[in-house]
Amino acid sequence: MPIQTKVERRVSAVTGNQALSRAVRQIDPDVAAVYPITPQTDVAEGLATFVADGMINTVLVPVESEHSAMSACIGAAAAGARAFTATSSQGLAYMFEVLYVAAGLRLPIVMANVNRSLSAPINIHCDHSDSFGARDSGWVQLYSENAQQAYDNLIQAVRIAEHSKVLLPVMVNVDGFIVSHAAESAVLLDDEEVRQFIGEYTPRFSLLDVDHPITVGPFDGLHGYFFEFKAAQVEAMANAKQVILDVGKEYGALSGRTYGFFEEYGLDDADTAIVVVGSAAATCSSVVDEMRAQGMPVGLLKLRSFRPFPAEELADALKYVKAVGVLDRAVSPGLAGGPLFAEVKSALFDADARPKVASFVYGLGGREFRPEHAREAFASLFEIKKTGYVNDLVSYLGIRKG
Amino acid sequence: MRLKDFSQLEWELVPHDVEKLTPGHRLCAGCGAAVIARQVLLGTDRPVVVCCPTGCLEVSTTIYPFTSWNVPYIHSAFGNAAATISGVEAAYRAFKRRSKLDREIKFLVFAGDGGTYDIGFQALSGALERGHDIVYVCYDNEAYMNTGIQRSSSTPRWAWTTTTAVGAQSQGKQEYKKDICLCVAAHRIPYVAQASPSHPKDLIEKARKAFAVKGPAYLNILSPCPPGWRYNNAGDGMKLAGLAVESCYWPLYEVENGSWRLTYTPPEKLPVTAWIKEQGRFSHLKPGGEGDPLASFQESVDTRWEELLARCGNKGASLDVWPAR
Repeated sequence: MPIQTKVERRVSAVTGNQALSRAVRQIDPDVAAVYPITPQTDVAEGLATFVADGMINTVLVPVESEHSAMSACIGAAAAGARAFTATSSQGLAYMFEVLYVAAGLRLPIVMANVNRSLSAPINIHCDHSDSFGARDSGWVQLYSENAQQAYDNLIQAVRIAEHSKVLLPVMVNVDGFIVSHAAESAVLLDDEEVRQFIGEYTPRFSLLDVDHPITVGPFDGLHGYFFEFKAAQVEAMANAKQVILDVGKEYGALSGRTYGFFEEYGLDDADTAIVVVGSAAATCSSVVDEMRAQGMPVGLLKLRSFRPFPAEELADALKYVKAVGVLDRAVSPGLAGGPLFAEVKSALFDADARPKVASFVYGLGGREFRPEHAREAFASLFEIKKTGYVNDLVSYLGIRKG
Repeated sequence: MRLKDFSQLEWELVPHDVEKLTPGHRLCAGCGAAVIARQVLLGTDRPVVVCCPTGCLEVSTTIYPFTSWNVPYIHSAFGNAAATISGVEAAYRAFKRRSKLDREIKFLVFAGDGGTYDIGFQALSGALERGHDIVYVCYDNEAYMNTGIQRSSSTPRWAWTTTTAVGAQSQGKQEYKKDICLCVAAHRIPYVAQASPSHPKDLIEKARKAFAVKGPAYLNILSPCPPGWRYNNAGDGMKLAGLAVESCYWPLYEVENGSWRLTYTPPEKLPVTAWIKEQGRFSHLKPGGEGDPLASFQESVDTRWEELLARCGNKGASLDVWPAR
């Protein structure tokens, strides 16, 4: 993404978590309910520090669990408040039932999820099993390649969630440790710019409007309208696509960094390409640079929006590619390939020139993803392109052999 | 509603012009939950926001697209009523802080014993410890009645439920009822009380105190359940609740800023059999026999009553304060 700032901006050195907590400070949500979990914890700590220093008006609810964190956000959002929380891994899993409630009640809660693997064995490092597991919960899911994108995504999340045609909760995903704890340069907006960009939130309904009482979360188990409610959620998620593009464009005009569903990197003339989310996209970019310098037409699609999944747009972007490798930092035991692979392959099924697709699982439990792993994936794709056959549907990059 | 225990003058002082829970809900005839909800709501003239976890009261009062609630209401899940209302109350404080709201609003939970003693216990503990300005009411019908009478940690020892079946090897539940008020009082919140809808003046006064304190307040209220307790005449619920009080199975007391006080002392302590004999859930219990469950039941009631008296400084309630019957 080209960085062209209309005003002179200061470059800050921040970790991913610092970028998130600074964005939250600028958003200044009415309520934040947070429970500590590695590697999210210093987002909560950052918030508590801002509260202690009087730099933020947020009412902080230091809950006793993630289940209660999301429940308190549900209560706050139903009361018309801007509500925020952050979590990781087991915390997201612990929220599972209330994730669906938040989405079903159409509450525009914003959450940062610092991606971490799920136990067992217990492991604190990055993979995407947690958020991919919440795939069908009805949350918009955005992914971040670095601290800058974590910051930018969180600010845009407020606008996407609260849009009247959307009204869905938004989860901003950031790779644990790799992004959350590594200091990088990032360009932050001024407080006033963020304030103006997100605007005032005026909820249509609030529990605190006591003169106009509403019943939130009624029982719909007697052959009522459940199916229609779910269909309305699907429609809202479809509406989110245009809103993500509009907000990404508007954010670009403000910051110089325009966002869409994904970023294409060298895809124009590529005949082999990798699809990836999160921080591994950066590693893949450098390998693409290196291979292109050697004259190999390789490309990269860095997916940002996993929900809504931009199937048509993705198929269009990959239409001239002969072999696609999908990198998954998660597994679905029993599924042929990783979860993202299955979705990408499905999206390409109706493409005129249907490319061959292979699944590459990498980085589980924070296993390092190195340039040689990206090269290994491309080498397989070259073979597939040459033969027209996918011999190994699923490959594991960086797994110990023997 | 006109509660017969109230004099005309006293009744004028109870804010009863608006029904906050309206008729037309689908609770069972004789269910204690609706009676309790209405009595508690008489304890404040402030606007209230109500939260229910999943349970009988929830499913019966909000069958979409209808609602029986004349006040703002939210249900989100089963184990999180205290956390959900924490969020609503936090939003209220946030809007006050930002000068976006100048009303005085009260925040109220109505939860069953499953949503309080069991699955909602952690969320309740968290909310109490954090000191939210809420009133948490448990309508305690002593089992999972909404799913069809399964044991909870509130079910008394010896009671039949579908998961504490009575048979050749079992006389019903073998474990004692959890003393939730002790657990709640251990959080040192400003107000904890136990009440019964059979004693409405006592209950409403306790609700009034609960709404008046700053910080968390907890009311534990016995809720007769015709199908779950298996009594024949649905209209007998209040009589049974009264017998629970008179037998000291369900003493009426309060803990105000750590100070324990009985609010009612039965003039004549009835045997526990007076309370259990009309309930089918105890009908398998016969005098004598192995372990003598009836004697054991009486012993546990006596022990808890003595413990309670000791906590209250061995002082019974002065009858001129609450001549409740």
